[in-house]
This record gives sequence, structure tokens and C-alpha cells, in this order.
Amino acid sequence: MTPIRRIFIANRGEIAVRIIRTARALGIETVLGVSQTDRDSLGARLATRAVCLGPGPSRDSYLKVDTVMQAALGTGCDALHPGYGFLSENRDLALACDKAGITFIGPSPANLEAVGDKLTARSHAVAAGVPLVPGGNAASLTEAQEVARDIGYPLLIKAVAGGGGKGMKRVNRPQDLAPQLDLAMAEAAAAFGDGRVYLERFVTSGRHVEVQILSDGETVIHAGERDCSVQRRYQKVVEEAPAPGLSPALRTCLCEAATAFARHICYRSLGTVEFMVDVDRAAFYFLEMNARIQVEHPVTETITGLDLVARQIAIAEGRPLGLQQDDITLSGHAIECRLNAEDVAHDFRPSPGRVSLAWFPALPGLRVDSHMTSGATVPPHYDSMVAKLIAHGPSRAAAIATMAEALRVLRLEGIATNAPLHAAIMADPEFAAGGVDTNYLAGLLPRLAGGCP
Amino acid sequence: MLTRAEIDDILRLIDGSDFTELKLEMGDLKLELRKGGLAQPFHTGQNIPAGGIQPQPPAPPAAVPAPVVASGGGSEIPAPLLGTFWHAPRPGAEPFVRPGDSVGADTVIGIIEVMKLMNSVAAGIAGTVLEITAPNGELVEHGQCLIRIRPH
Repeated sequence: MTPIRRIFIANRGEIAVRIIRTARALGIETVLGVSQTDRDSLGARLATRAVCLGPGPSRDSYLKVDTVMQAALGTGCDALHPGYGFLSENRDLALACDKAGITFIGPSPANLEAVGDKLTARSHAVAAGVPLVPGGNAASLTEAQEVARDIGYPLLIKAVAGGGGKGMKRVNRPQDLAPQLDLAMAEAAAAFGDGRVYLERFVTSGRHVEVQILSDGETVIHAGERDCSVQRRYQKVVEEAPAPGLSPALRTCLCEAATAFARHICYRSLGTVEFMVDVDRAAFYFLEMNARIQVEHPVTETITGLDLVARQIAIAEGRPLGLQQDDITLSGHAIECRLNAEDVAHDFRPSPGRVSLAWFPALPGLRVDSHMTSGATVPPHYDSMVAKLIAHGPSRAAAIATMAEALRVLRLEGIATNAPLHAAIMADPEFAAGGVDTNYLAGLLPRLAGGCP
Repeated sequence: MLTRAEIDDILRLIDGSDFTELKLEMGDLKLELRKGGLAQPFHTGQNIPAGGIQPQPPAPPAAVPAPVVASGGGSEIPAPLLGTFWHAPRPGAEPFVRPGDSVGADTVIGIIEVMKLMNSVAAGIAGTVLEITAPNGELVEHGQCLIRIRPH
């Protein structure tokens, strides 16, 4: 057991502020590595110390492993928290921390390797007995044709090293397989330096449900599931917990599959196992495991009462979890809206700029995770998320009502945000009924085009 | 276009205000006014302009950046990247530069180490070294002042 005294935070925005919150509560010092653009950010002012890593663009600052390591060592940090995105699942950073004697607040390099490559992750899922979308490896056209015969059309070609939709191709007919395969391999090679691809059956409709895992390496438990089906172009927009309308049997199967997968790869840290759920057939398929704290972790914290960042730090210190599965109890329902600086009226184009007024009043049942203050800048270099609103209520309807009220009351001015979209979702009867799938938002947008509130 | 009378009006307004400088851009029109007749050069990046002549602003003294005056002026040479700053090529060796040395734009003034990778830092401007600001062997941030130079 090595108590952590000073954490280097290799991230920015709301998650940097979120980590500082827990570190302050635990009496741990923080050093925030910032880009030149983020020198005056809330995180930079709240951290015990902030050091400038480099210019604004991420590749010159937040994504530089060596610079981040040098900054952590030079400021005497004994641990490093990578947040989400940026270097959070970068094996080189985890290895460099190990080598430098800095505690990486996340899983081991071996864990990161087991889940980082999608093909490896798939083979682990098979070994752990976790159901997968039917599919297989395709190193050549002949192999691809064989796999396609088994799984049928439409199918998806995905990059082994992929993410974010790059190198992903949908193939509807056998005659399109050869050209699309070439295209996908070329795109994957260009985007990830790894041209390997695999084929997967295209599941036309499904819900995105994920399970929160906590593991100290000995005890592996879950903290329930989250439903993240409200997505736009594979980006989550609204998340909630628990997932509405799942049968108790299906929920149990999902959570058990997730813990089985984590146990199989000897996972140690916080993590999330993502599934595609076909509610009609009561079937689910493994998608991937995220080896980091997730954007949407607050909905789980809200209904379990856990501080997941504190748990993550404690596990990294080598403390036993001190929890059994029965200790996790869920209370009520939580919904999170990701407030992004984007202009809904102009095809969601990013809307960076200066925030003239930021006011998030404390409403009963509302939590706001944000780095916005009046006068803050939303730089053009990064993700457009500016705040997360988390509403909690005894029922899902109560949580929706609280969220709708929060959206009416809060003020975030000077930049365009997607708050009108969230208000429309909260007011939509289909969303209120619960259990929408990943096609929901794409269908809602045209309906709103006429009269977006 | 502005008339001479309008420009005189603006000058009177500036004279009666606490401002020392006004830049106005409207379409093709560019107007720059400065009080006190100081030929204060434009500075780029993080370099603070050379202080050969001490400005004598009519405005309150708070307008003068105190630290620059206290250290006798000079241009700050900022760290081009974060890392450990070394004054000499190896421990125990002579430092690259000392106060009083004359340097050219290409003169190496120190090394910044990033995870065992040594990056030499050039002065960037010609002049006389006034002060080595960043301590030897310690972390410097991106943009932190390394040394001060009085430009030639």
C-alpha cells in the first residue's frame, strides 16, 4: 500500500475539475498540466499548481507522453491521473509511469493491451464466454468472404485498432465486399498505422448499455449499468442509470458477463464493459471495454452514492476494495445531459468563444460537473463539452422533470450550446416512455427541424 | 474617412483619459494614437520589449511593469518547451552563457531535457545577457522565462 500525496492530472476541462474535487476531499495535492490556451481555466486555478505543457493544439501539449512524464516528475508527483480521452488508455504512458515509479491511476499496461486492440478484446470475450456480435477476422478477401457467408449481410468492416468510426464500412451486398474491404484497410492503415480489419454482423437496432466495473484485482464487482443509447454519430448525448425497461434476468446476465470479462483479463481498476442489447430478442453482444473513468460516471455515482474517482485512487494505492457485490445498492434514477458548445441550428457546428455568463443554480436533485465560469474561454482545439447536468429523482419521470427544469433555469451565454436539443429530448414522449435505441436521435432531429423549442 | 477635426476630437478625449494608447480599425481605416511620444516597439510572442530608455508615462505609475524595471529591463527568452533546464552541456562543465556575455540569435543558451532527450535552446535575439532567470536542473514550463537579454 502506497498512499498517494500528489497527483499529476494529465487532462483538462470538467474532468480535471472533477478529479481535483475528490483529491481536495482526500487531502491530496494536485498538479495540472495545461496547454497555453488553458492557463486561466478553472482547473488551472483550482489545482495546487499548474504547469504549461505546450501550445494549444492537443498534439503539442496534452498528447505528448514525454512532456507529460517530465512534468509529473519535475513537479514531484507520485501518481498520475489520465482522466478520459487524450492519453487515458495509452499503454506507453502507463509503462512510462511504471518505469518512473509513478502510480498510474488506471489499469496495468497488460490490461490496457488486453482491451486496446479490438480483435484481442474479442478473443478474450470468447474465452470468457461473453457473447459477441457474430463476426471474425479478415486478413484477405477470401477470409472475408468466408466470414461474410457465416454472418450474412448487411455487415460492418471495422478496424482492429479502431475507434470513432474511422475505418468502419457498412456492406449491404456481396458484390460490394471487395471494394469496401480495400477501402477500410487503407483507411485503418492511414488512421491508426494498423491496416488490420474484422467483420461483424450489422445489428440494425439496439441499445447501448454498459456496466460499471470496480476491481482491486481480487474482488471484481459491478455498480450497475448505464444506458447510453441517445447518440449522435456514435457520440453519446444523454446517459442514464439504471437502463429503463430491462428485465431483471437480462440485467443480471449483462452484469455477470461484464464481471466475467473483467475477471478473465485480471482487470484491476475502474472500467466499463459496453454491450449492444437487442431487447426484443433478450440478447446482448460485447462491444468493448473502456479502461478508464468515463464521462458518464456521475449517473452511477448518483444512484449508488459511490465516489468512483476516490475508489479509483484507492485501488491504485493498492487498498482492498472493501466492498462486496451486496454492498452496492441502487437508489432512484439518474439522467445526464452533455452540454456541448455547438450550434444545433447550424448542423451542430462547434461554437467556441468566451462565456459571458455561467450560472448553474443548485436545484434539488441536480448535480453540475463543469469547468465553465463567467468569462471562461471555450478554446477551438478540444472537445466541445462544457458541462454535464446530472438529475436525480426517485423515479425516471422525476429525474426527467428535474432535468427539464434545470435546462429552463440555467444560464450559459456567449456561446451556442445544445441545450435546446436536450430540452426537446426531455419533452419528447418517446424518450419519456424509455428504452429508445441508438437510432432514436437521428430520427428525432428531423422532427425537431420544424419547431425546435 | 476621418476629418482632421474628428481626429483632434479623439486626441482630446485620449488626453483627458487614463489610456496611453488607442488603436482603431474601421474598414480600411487604421488609426493608432499614443501618448507621451514614446517610440515603444511592438513586441511579439512573450518577449517583453527592451528597456533601454525608461518610459515616462503621464499615466499613473502602475502602468509600468514593475518587475522589468527592478531587473533593469531586457527581453525575456521563453522556454520553447517544458522540461528540465540545464545551464551547462554536462554537470560540472562551464555554463553556456553568463551575465555580461554577448550572444547572437543562434547562440545556445541552455538545454531543456525531456525524458532524456536533450533540446538545445538558442537565444533567438542578439544582445547582452543580463540575468539567468531559470535555475539549473529545475523544471521549466512552456513559455517560462529562461534568461534576460538586452538586445543590441
